Amino acid sequence: MTTTVPDAQAPEAVFDAALAADERIEPRDWMPDAYRATLVRQIAQHAHSEIIGMQPEANWITRAPSLRRKAILMAKVQDEAGHGLYLYSAAETLGTGREELLDKLHSGRQRYSSIFNYPTLTWADVGAIGWLVDGAAITNQVPLCRCSYGPYARAMIRICKEESFHQRQGYELLLALSRGTEAQHAMAQDAVNRWWWPSLMMFGPPDDASAHSAQSMAWKIKRHSNDELRQRFVDICVPQAESLGLTLPDPDLRWNEQRGHHDFGAIDWDEFHEVLRGNGPCNEQRIERRRRAHEEGAWVREAAAAYAAKHDGHHGTHDKHAEHTEHDNHGKPEEAAA
Amino acid sequence: MNRVPVPAALALGDDALVLSHRLGEWAGNAPVLEEEVALANIALDLLGQARALLSLAGDEDELAFLREERAFRNVQLVEQPNGDFAHTIARQLYFSAYQQLLYGQLASGEGPFAPLAAKAVKEVAYHLDHAEHWTLRLGDGTPESHARMQRALDALWRYTGELFEPVEGVSADWPALQDGWSAYVTDVLRRAGLTLPEGPREGAWTAGAGRQGIHTEPFGRMLAEMQHLHRSHPGASW
Repeated sequence: MTTTVPDAQAPEAVFDAALAADERIEPRDWMPDAYRATLVRQIAQHAHSEIIGMQPEANWITRAPSLRRKAILMAKVQDEAGHGLYLYSAAETLGTGREELLDKLHSGRQRYSSIFNYPTLTWADVGAIGWLVDGAAITNQVPLCRCSYGPYARAMIRICKEESFHQRQGYELLLALSRGTEAQHAMAQDAVNRWWWPSLMMFGPPDDASAHSAQSMAWKIKRHSNDELRQRFVDICVPQAESLGLTLPDPDLRWNEQRGHHDFGAIDWDEFHEVLRGNGPCNEQRIERRRRAHEEGAWVREAAAAYAAKHDGHHGTHDKHAEHTEHDNHGKPEEAAA
Repeated sequence: MNRVPVPAALALGDDALVLSHRLGEWAGNAPVLEEEVALANIALDLLGQARALLSLAGDEDELAFLREERAFRNVQLVEQPNGDFAHTIARQLYFSAYQQLLYGQLASGEGPFAPLAAKAVKEVAYHLDHAEHWTLRLGDGTPESHARMQRALDALWRYTGELFEPVEGVSADWPALQDGWSAYVTDVLRRAGLTLPEGPREGAWTAGAGRQGIHTEPFGRMLAEMQHLHRSHPGASW
């Protein structure tokens, strides 16, 4: 519009107007520094959660009890790596590269979801993660498909589709166990007992104690409060647990006719904070393994970069599918060292 | 349709099953995120091939989880531990080059494996492309990557002779396969600035009995891990 008053052209006003109209903010648009920083923090934490989250499940790839389950699990862990890729790319649109974010993860300056600090002790844990952890993640993430930042919202649409597939697979895995032998049923129940409360903690602290919530809601990065989402998740899980033939480990869990929701017991926030502080069962081993993989892979990344530098226009490790398939005619490389 | 020769389905199926398992061990450990995706992709393709082939020979899970080590018919190359990334790439280059030539032949024939080979050969083209590009990058990357890649190629060389032993029930032109393989590998290594290994690859002290059920030490441990859970719950379904 050419008739807008000059004031409304100020970048801040354009940004506010876009938010008010529920439009998407795109990478080239002006945005407040704090909005950008909040997004980078949140997207990075999400990306880190995807790649750290590969570990507890990869723990069972080599022991999957049937070839069908093995294929499903491998594909799932692969999807998580793919989600990590989309999310690091979304963060890159805000001016922060993957290397920098990985450094922050490895040095403990950025977090990943605390849920992955719990161990996967039996095969049934693979099912419990799919059903409960992915279920909680979806409940959190579906509203992010409408997040005000375009690249993040679009990445989330794709991620949520795949996550809901994983969630159904996890449910189906648990169902097979629950209806299986006595030992399999017990394995499933034990896994649900161990993953239920940590899954409820995935929604974050109660609303009155949540540090970032209010501003994120105003920026339309976040659309619902932690407690709302947690309640929604509990209400979804109760009937699903019944169909599974499994119980949820909460004696206070019951339908509240007046509220139209399930009441549930008090969450142990001390445990939540302890895990967040680094004292969970697997905090050290998760980050240690990530660091080790990164350090052990350094020579590979360096080689790819050196090769790319010698052969103009070729990417080091990226875009394999898009890469040239014809061969270079450089003859003998100059460097045949070592 | 021709009757499927069971020993042949087992040999080809076990190759794919075992290499898929080894690649699956990389999950969460790859040097860069793109390789998490790529290695899993290859592992999944191979697992799909293994399931199709083993199902031609019997029940896929019984065959995978309830056979003893001596009953597996895979070549020893595919059971070799991942080692560093260079070892994994060298193993893949040697194996995918073999698989592509073999499946190419089978796909153009009229034998019982033709339909499966026709599908698999497209997947293997990508596996080989991936291995070839990494061989070039590592060979022509840094002095360290060059040295590691050469060491890996040398270490695994002794397991390549077995690839060209005729498999009962697989009608392939084995000498042509070996010639094609050697020409390809020689060319890739030359372009990567690497040296074609010269060590022995047949005879008493080299590898070559996987097809008869003689495997290498790491294989038993791999199977123990792979089969443990399934064997712990006899008769259970998953």
